[in-house]
Amino acid sequence: MTLVQMPVPDAATLAHRDEIIAGLGRILPKSRMVVDERGLKPWESDALTAYAQLPLVVVLPETTEEVSRILAFCHAHDVKVVPRGAGTSLSGGALPLADGVLMSMMRFNRILDIDFANRAVVAQPGVTNLGLTRAVEHRGFYYAPDPSSQLACSIGGNVAENSGGVHSLKYGLTTNNVLGLEMVLMTGEVVRLGGKHLDSDGYDLLALMTGSEGLLAVITEVTVRILKAPETARAVLVAFSSSDNAADAVADIIAAGIIPGGMEMMDHPAINAAEDFVHVGYPRDAEALLIVELDGPPVEVDDLIARVEAIVKARGAVDCRISTSDAERLAFWAGRKAAFPAVGRISPDYLCMDGTIPRKAISEVLRRMRELSADYGLRVANVFHAGDGNLHPLILYDANKPGELERAEAFGADILRLCVAVGGVLTGEHGVGVEKRDLMGTMFNEVDLAHQMRVKCAFDAKQLLNPGKMFPELHRCAELGRMRVHAGQLRFPDLPRF
Amino acid sequence: MDALRPMTEADLVDIIAAAVADRVPLAPTGQGTKAGIGRPVQHPRLELGGLGGVTLYEPEELVVSVRAGTPVDDVVALLAAKNQELAFEPPRWRTPDGRASRGTIGGLVAANLSGPRRFKAGAVRDHILGVKGVSGRAEAFKAGGRVVKNVTGYDLARGLAGSWGTLAVLTEVTFKVLPKAETEMTLAVAGLGFARAVEALAGVLHLSVDVSSAAHLPAAGAEGSFAEEARTLLRLEGFAASVQARAEVVARHLSGFGPVERLEAEASGQIWADIRDLGAGLAVGEALWRVSIPPAAAAAFADRLAGLEPRRMAFDWSGGLVWLRLDGALPDLGADVIRAAIAATGGGHATLISGPAEARGRIAVFEPQPPPLAALSRRLKDQFDPAGILNPGRMWAGV
Ligand SMILES: Cc1cc2nc3c(=O)[nH]c(=O)nc-3n(C[C@H](O)[C@H](O)[C@H](O)COP(=O)(O)OP(=O)(O)OC[C@H]3O[C@@H](n4cnc5c(N)ncnc54)[C@H](O)[C@@H]3O)c2cc1C
Repeated sequence: MTLVQMPVPDAATLAHRDEIIAGLGRILPKSRMVVDERGLKPWESDALTAYAQLPLVVVLPETTEEVSRILAFCHAHDVKVVPRGAGTSLSGGALPLADGVLMSMMRFNRILDIDFANRAVVAQPGVTNLGLTRAVEHRGFYYAPDPSSQLACSIGGNVAENSGGVHSLKYGLTTNNVLGLEMVLMTGEVVRLGGKHLDSDGYDLLALMTGSEGLLAVITEVTVRILKAPETARAVLVAFSSSDNAADAVADIIAAGIIPGGMEMMDHPAINAAEDFVHVGYPRDAEALLIVELDGPPVEVDDLIARVEAIVKARGAVDCRISTSDAERLAFWAGRKAAFPAVGRISPDYLCMDGTIPRKAISEVLRRMRELSADYGLRVANVFHAGDGNLHPLILYDANKPGELERAEAFGADILRLCVAVGGVLTGEHGVGVEKRDLMGTMFNEVDLAHQMRVKCAFDAKQLLNPGKMFPELHRCAELGRMRVHAGQLRFPDLPRF
Repeated sequence: MDALRPMTEADLVDIIAAAVADRVPLAPTGQGTKAGIGRPVQHPRLELGGLGGVTLYEPEELVVSVRAGTPVDDVVALLAAKNQELAFEPPRWRTPDGRASRGTIGGLVAANLSGPRRFKAGAVRDHILGVKGVSGRAEAFKAGGRVVKNVTGYDLARGLAGSWGTLAVLTEVTFKVLPKAETEMTLAVAGLGFARAVEALAGVLHLSVDVSSAAHLPAAGAEGSFAEEARTLLRLEGFAASVQARAEVVARHLSGFGPVERLEAEASGQIWADIRDLGAGLAVGEALWRVSIPPAAAAAFADRLAGLEPRRMAFDWSGGLVWLRLDGALPDLGADVIRAAIAATGGGHATLISGPAEARGRIAVFEPQPPPLAALSRRLKDQFDPAGILNPGRMWAGV
């Protein structure tokens, strides 16, 4: 294991493994538990493969009742639990704990209710993101947030990570598209939030759950909003000879009052890696490539395409292609969508970073990143959601070369610090997990973090759900609960009163 | 104790620390435009009007940061000068005694009340990027940031929306802003009954026309601000050519329900502003409920209210938001009938927006919660305000 250390496993839990397995065996059939080492091996990592750890045991519940009983059992015996969806997390959110039960939610794979009249779908958390759209597209509807991993990732994982996608620029993140949840607290209590109606009356626990990275409760049902698909979509593929020009064009498009369906950027190394892989005719000598998608009624799309074309030309675009068919539009996207595997072909390993920055800082951050790349002696390729300033620098390294992973991680941490320094954040959509856990202090001070941890304490006072993720230090809830107010130090008596 | 008026965040920390030490509960207050909402509490007012001003506005970045005591109107005007807006359409309600609205940003977020476009664009909370505040522990903290995509830690910034000043006193809020639409148009059909109106509204949602607001206003009583006749309204916004094209599609759909009237930009804007402010200006002796339900349940929900003889009903959010005005003399202001109707027609919640103080102390102003959820809410309150000094009892008795 590299830089981030996981908490030391609890010796008592490890010593009682057999009893714990026996206890779980009274709740679940053997066929839905994995206990032997060979069976556990495939569960040792999520998509952040630099980290691996065999879990204590894997359980595969199928009903809310089973989840409730398993959690109540673990709560009673102080056993940790790590929820897992499809295991595509890029931040180690679903990394197992040696002394923790790994709870796979992928048996919860049914769509429970498709309600076109209320534009809502109720699904179990193991349904894939794309599965939601597939279930409603025959009537022209879709589920808007579209992470690149949508074929594999689960809607439960999407809620836990507040995932986004290319279309989030116009249609929002998971948090803007979830209407309701059923969840089970660590105590086994079942709680429902929201439904097919809008807004919560009472605390917005739905907001706290979305992006909670499996630390607050296990999600057993999700209600999402679906949208009617736009009548048409067309894309513009624009090449620039400098990334500054591309970044300026992005700013100009937004400033013109245009919110495209998607607006993505790739840099020179990413363009070439993608072109080598999918051969769709990306301009290889471009320094930056912009894909802008406009959607809506044909008159609107035509009108906006013309406006975007004028803007990018004014910013010195060297090439500007406009899709004339859906096949061509998809070809424009093919390279972008395949960017991760494409980069995977040119390097044995890569780390995918995920900071967000104000748009105006794009060219500055890209320039600093090139300098850092030279300093660290590691290549970096950039694909990112330019419209909302969400960067995905891919740092290329070779894990077999001693010290390279550590160097790559240090490079990544520097990029994220840079993002924070220019007014941005550590993670735009991949989550903190273990990967960015120890960087939380660059964005939040102790008091900020303590307030976040108090949310955790309200949901999971024993801190048994997915510990070791998100927060750099584990504080006991009793310690966090203490008040540190000293009446003697108050300036209050001098305050004006009305 | 008299009202307290902090001028800086440090003042606020000190006041809350003193309140904790003396166990004096406080009522964080912007302009008091929503003082009549919630259970009646008698706590000294913590007036936040001194914490005003815009700290950051970068139109090209679509972001604005505002201190909590800033009037919403000022922010709306600032953004309008750059042709931008808060897309959730903040309502502008008057104070209970009828003074003009100078409601503050802090109050807006604490109540999470959004206008007609919420249906498409999301609620107040959906536009929050970050907050600063002071919790009931007398500690200043921040959450979120100033960029749209941010999953760094729990989403506490959004999580504080709608908490009615019971968890923390907000001092600054950062919002995502959006360009104003180039133009808008509303298509209206008159004289429809509930069932037909809901059918007309629902049908449009199955067309790719991107309606931004959808309402039905049943025939009003004599004193109403709306026309005598029922009206069913659909609003389209965007670039002019697009609005025209979509209007053709919507008009074709609506023509099956009756003659279609078109309200051009100004008239359209006015009617949605009226609908946005339905929570304002209530006659004495009346009760007003705001009910959120699945939109397709609207007609069935309305059917179950017959016994209450509502004085006025209006349906926004394509049927998903029901405004209900009742006789304030009803013993429970209709709470039981309304909540039973919600439970029977697909779930949701009813909030009493205004009613006699005596009644607000007796009946549940916010939707009652099942025990595990109520316990979780209470634990969250205890974490953020262990001494119970921030607006205790405003949302739920004893919390
Ligand atoms: C190639 C690739 C491309 C990607 N592209 C994107 C992208 O474009 N946008 C984006 O946002 N992300 C992207 N991701 C990241 C990842 O797909 C998302 O974070 C996804 O939402 C994770 O879903 P999952 O089902 O795989 O969850 P997992 O990886 O299994 O788990 C993720 C987290 O959620 C928790 N969790 C899972 N299920 C539940 C549940 N039912 N209840 C409570 N907690 C739960 C886990 O404990 C963990 O903390 C990408 C990943 C890959 C590998």
